[in-house]
Amino acid sequence: MKILAVCGMGLGSGLLLRMQVEKALQRIGKQADVEVADIGVARAMAQTADLIVTTRELAERLGDVKPRVITISNFVDLEEMIRKLKEALQDL
Amino acid sequence: MSGEPMSVEILLKMIPEEAIRVGVSAPDWRAAIQACGEAMVEAGIVDMPYIDQMIAAIEELGPYIVIAPGIALAHARPSPAVRRPGLAIIVLDSPVPFGHPENDPVRLIIGLAAPDPHSHVQVLAVMAEMLSEESCRFALFHAATPSDVRRALVTFSERGSCA
Repeated sequence: MKILAVCGMGLGSGLLLRMQVEKALQRIGKQADVEVADIGVARAMAQTADLIVTTRELAERLGDVKPRVITISNFVDLEEMIRKLKEALQDL
Repeated sequence: MSGEPMSVEILLKMIPEEAIRVGVSAPDWRAAIQACGEAMVEAGIVDMPYIDQMIAAIEELGPYIVIAPGIALAHARPSPAVRRPGLAIIVLDSPVPFGHPENDPVRLIIGLAAPDPHSHVQVLAVMAEMLSEESCRFALFHAATPSDVRRALVTFSERGSCA
């Protein structure tokens, strides 16, 4: 399974998202490859991803993509990430 | 993922005293980012053009950089204006809106400089861990002096919390 953490430049918030996704995966006992993509390359990289994690505004910018998109509003709240990731992984 | 834990010496070197400002008054988000950039210039982390690059990034990509309630992570792309990897910590005296639907207004700005995609990962990871701790968010939000911020960094490094 491949999860794509999408942010504006692939350097700051995307890295934070990746760290949170990895921590959340560990907590819920699942495994996945987590990659960071900036918004410029995210549409192309989405083709091979199973799930996208990003913010609401970047999700709007991303538009329609094949994988499911979950949006995170608080990047330091692990519980939010766990809840949303769990729900999305159930349906995959 | 981020390898060896970062020593407190390296952490404090990447967040130097000059890059920490508290009680900063800014009328709007641009002025807040400007103040953050100026601290980064003074600390020798970046050159002046980086300030406008950070502002331009927010204009281009929007206020998604407000990563948690009251907290913004400001940065631009790696460029010749970045001298070395480092962070600035700016605490505003009164919070300003960035236009984020959920996390406004912003009181704490983390300014990030990355010369490449890798050398800042560890310090950013430490910062993220720290901001996940409520006691540390409280300590940073209510820091009265830059020394308070440094003390919070050291305490977190040693104990994993700021309590």
